[in-house]
Amino acid sequence: MTSTLSSRRLVLSRGAALIGAASTGLLLPEFARAQSSKVRVGLMLPYTGTFAQLGVAIENGVRMAIAEQGGKLGGRDIEWFKVDDESDPSKGVENASKLVQRDKVDVLIGTVHSGVQMGIQKVARDSGVLTLIPNAGVHAATRALCAPNVFRTSFTNAQPTLALGKVMVERGHKKTVWITWKYAAGDEAYEGFKESYTKAGGTIVKELGLPFPNVEFQALLTEIAALKPDAVACFFAGGGAAKFIKDYAAAGLKGKIPLYGSGFLTEGVLDAAGPAAEGILTTLHYSDALDTPRNKAFRLAYAKLYKAQPDVYAVQGYDTGLLLVQGANAVKGDLANKQPLYKALESAVIDSPRGKWTMSKAHNPVQDIYLRQVEKGENKVIGVAAKALADPGTGCRMAA
Amino acid sequence: MDLANFLIQLLNSVQYGLLLFMLAAGLTLIFGIMGVVNLAHGSFYMLGAYLAYALSSQFGSFTLAIVGGAVLSVLFGLALEWLLFRHFYHRDHLDQVLLTFGLIYIFEEVRSLLWGDDVHGVQIPDLLAGSIPLTETLSYPVYRLFMSGVCVVLAIGLYLLISKTRLGMKIRAGAFNRDMTEALGINIKLIHAIVFALGVALATVAGMIASPISSVYPNMGSQVLIMCFVVVVIGGIGSVRGALISALLVGLVDTFGKVLLPQVAGMLVYMLMAAVLLWKPEGLFKQ
Amino acid sequence: MSSPKANLETLPRSVQFALALGLVALAAFPFVGSDFYLQMVTRMMILAIFAMSLDLLQGVSGLVSLGHAAYFGLAGYALAFLTPAGEPVNLWWTLPLAVLASALAALVIGIFVVRTHGIYFIMVTMAFAQMVFYLFFDNKVLGGSDGIYINFKPDATVLGWLPFDLENKQTFYFFTLACLLGVYAFLRRLLWSPLGRALAGIRVNEHRMRAMGFATFGYKLTAFTVAGALAGLAGYLWGAQTGYVNPELMGFHMSAHAIMMVILGGMGNFAGAIVGAFAFEFLLHEFKDLPTLGAFNLGKHWQLWMGLFIVIVVTFAPRGLLGLLSRLSARKENAAPRPTRAAAPATPVVPRKEGSHA
Repeated sequence: MTSTLSSRRLVLSRGAALIGAASTGLLLPEFARAQSSKVRVGLMLPYTGTFAQLGVAIENGVRMAIAEQGGKLGGRDIEWFKVDDESDPSKGVENASKLVQRDKVDVLIGTVHSGVQMGIQKVARDSGVLTLIPNAGVHAATRALCAPNVFRTSFTNAQPTLALGKVMVERGHKKTVWITWKYAAGDEAYEGFKESYTKAGGTIVKELGLPFPNVEFQALLTEIAALKPDAVACFFAGGGAAKFIKDYAAAGLKGKIPLYGSGFLTEGVLDAAGPAAEGILTTLHYSDALDTPRNKAFRLAYAKLYKAQPDVYAVQGYDTGLLLVQGANAVKGDLANKQPLYKALESAVIDSPRGKWTMSKAHNPVQDIYLRQVEKGENKVIGVAAKALADPGTGCRMAA
Repeated sequence: MDLANFLIQLLNSVQYGLLLFMLAAGLTLIFGIMGVVNLAHGSFYMLGAYLAYALSSQFGSFTLAIVGGAVLSVLFGLALEWLLFRHFYHRDHLDQVLLTFGLIYIFEEVRSLLWGDDVHGVQIPDLLAGSIPLTETLSYPVYRLFMSGVCVVLAIGLYLLISKTRLGMKIRAGAFNRDMTEALGINIKLIHAIVFALGVALATVAGMIASPISSVYPNMGSQVLIMCFVVVVIGGIGSVRGALISALLVGLVDTFGKVLLPQVAGMLVYMLMAAVLLWKPEGLFKQ
Repeated sequence: MSSPKANLETLPRSVQFALALGLVALAAFPFVGSDFYLQMVTRMMILAIFAMSLDLLQGVSGLVSLGHAAYFGLAGYALAFLTPAGEPVNLWWTLPLAVLASALAALVIGIFVVRTHGIYFIMVTMAFAQMVFYLFFDNKVLGGSDGIYINFKPDATVLGWLPFDLENKQTFYFFTLACLLGVYAFLRRLLWSPLGRALAGIRVNEHRMRAMGFATFGYKLTAFTVAGALAGLAGYLWGAQTGYVNPELMGFHMSAHAIMMVILGGMGNFAGAIVGAFAFEFLLHEFKDLPTLGAFNLGKHWQLWMGLFIVIVVTFAPRGLLGLLSRLSARKENAAPRPTRAAAPATPVVPRKEGSHA
């Protein structure tokens, strides 16, 4: 019967002519790479999608910092490699591998989205490549899954809210409702808030959450109004944050029940949120309006170079560049010399636009968290909510 | 939950439902009458929001932006139909899924090239910017009432169009039996073009009207698209009345679900859809 | 691919030859390819298995599922739950267990879903997949939105003897290739079996099949379950290779990509699914690596090229790439068309009425 014959023949059939054609490209033998005199720097950032602007800001910051410091790493020139992470966690490992295995980068800088970061963390821990995290605040990266070759220059999701609780109690808000998206970043922000707020003597009346990335807040705003707390604390970011601010004001809650939040609530969205945002208090490790010479100089230089205003993401990128330069200089560009490199990075003091900060044992910034209030479309710094705040680093073997 | 709270949540449900309806109406029309499944419908919503932002910055007036945007979207819908969709009416649903999925990518990139990737806001015209106090803490934004009003007017308009006008009669005939309608001398191609443009315009205008409260940002179409499909399927494909009822139902489930059952809130609407389809496999009001 | 009638079920000689060439290339690749590309091709093969499982549903049975990724992801998660943090778990019982888990899920969901038709089937499969997605996304116990690591690849020890070590990348490649061939052979067998013929008949005209006495619900449910099981196999391999699972593996985009791979390659013969998977992934890779021309970064706008490619293919190459290939070679051969199998009906094609979309 022909079917057995053809199925046996077909069993042998495979792939496609396309593979044949394509493989000719892939089949080219890997010529041994001569020891290049250039340092390979890999950027894995979101260049498309919701976080595209953040990716651009971070890269701008990294490049600017390195250029300011002479444009070289330990005397060596730089070869840049870029991969778009598409904010897709299912491709995290694949994309990180592109940089680490195909492009053989000496240092991997990335990324914004925490889910994707988990993928990078896996590749980082497996390959041992130096990894610098310029944004993603996922706790595991500098807690349970910390690693000697992974350093973060941004924050943990709990850090801003760890500074928030005391501030709110000091201002007389003893009963608060918390609201956020129900996903890892929201949960981790809540963790910080719960700890600091209850420790300072406050009571969390209710913890509200909506599915990510749902932005229909009306139902929960009605809930909040019915609960009549002293204040509301929240974590939102991006377009959702702008909408929340506007909905909050439109529901008449603004002015009646003060709104607080992790600083991302008012980062990059004040234009979109408009006058509804006036008066909102947030805590973050940076503010555009931070009135220090260092910050002013940074903002001027950035605006001149990129014809745009920098934000916290640009600062984080900038600090990543500064950190990398410090580390590379300490080992004279020999990034394969791991122990001295890590030591240098661990003991680095970063003179950042946000203020000076140092590395915790778990490789996360120990930094001041500022209290900001939105005034005339700007996050005005009205105080320091917490000085030299370190993330607990629970579960990190290095922090033990 | 006391009575006042319940009533307000009811109001929230209705308002959200009406907005969903505006989007779903376009989708169900296009699908019901031309048999085209259009995954890019959410992109029209996004395009509408960005148009509102771009045009209101240009003209300085929100109203002008809406009018200009509506006209542009009709033209865009006609062009898209003529160029692409017209050739896919007779094709398999699968091909349509593929085509429109490709279109989503294209629209996202075009948007990125034209207007960038930032988050933007659109100003509510002063006339509509107030809030009506409902309880001592809670107020209801006038603009949301305005939006609901627009959706209701649209619903009535659609109903009148489809059931009381000659055009509506032709549309219904064409949906029922295309060849016969054509044989009777009616320009079915024109009818299809009009319906398609109408569907696109509905989605775009929905995006424009919603933009002041939703803000304007990349990828805003994808979440609303899935909701839209759920609404259309629950209501019954091709039925505008079904879309209205089901949109209100989805609004109810989503709103009360968030408040009463937050743990499963994300899954609730899908569970609703599955339940409806088990009871009535072709939706509530399948024609 | 649009006509519900004639699928490209028997591959013309030219296509078979090209496929055989491809197989040789695949077998030889590990000896010349670098680590990174080895992993990339392994991943392509895993996705090819996933695509083939969907082809059984979509191409053969005519059931378009927008939620097939649920079964893919579930098996990956099964491996994640079974693998302890500090040591590997045994391949020989976890693989069947994970596949069984996916099959069971497909069976249960299938019972609800298979009774619907057309666009409703598409939507309700999506609904269930979204439910599964949210189940994992919203619950920290199941890993939550951050996902779960699989720290060790499964261990292939049987009775104290280790036939092969999956931690070795080349070995894993060949193991995946073996799975690919196995699934292909199995599905081709299935295609020409009574079950396969019944499914093809159901795709062409379900009412007629029912009139002839076939219990179509049972056949469709079987197809749905088998497809789910095979998707689970692919998901297990994905989890093992990547070492990381997260809810996006069960998400809408994963399902949509699978549909695209199947359509791109050409439906109904499984070789097309493989072609489509490889082509799709390869193109994605290429588009993202495009250079910068002047001020315009072509690679950054890869979505535009991908979207245009999809639109062009669906407009001009309805039977997918394999269909295109066979059309081109048929023109060259100038031979009479090969006799197609039972699925090609003698009855005239009934024009589809708009408005009555089953």
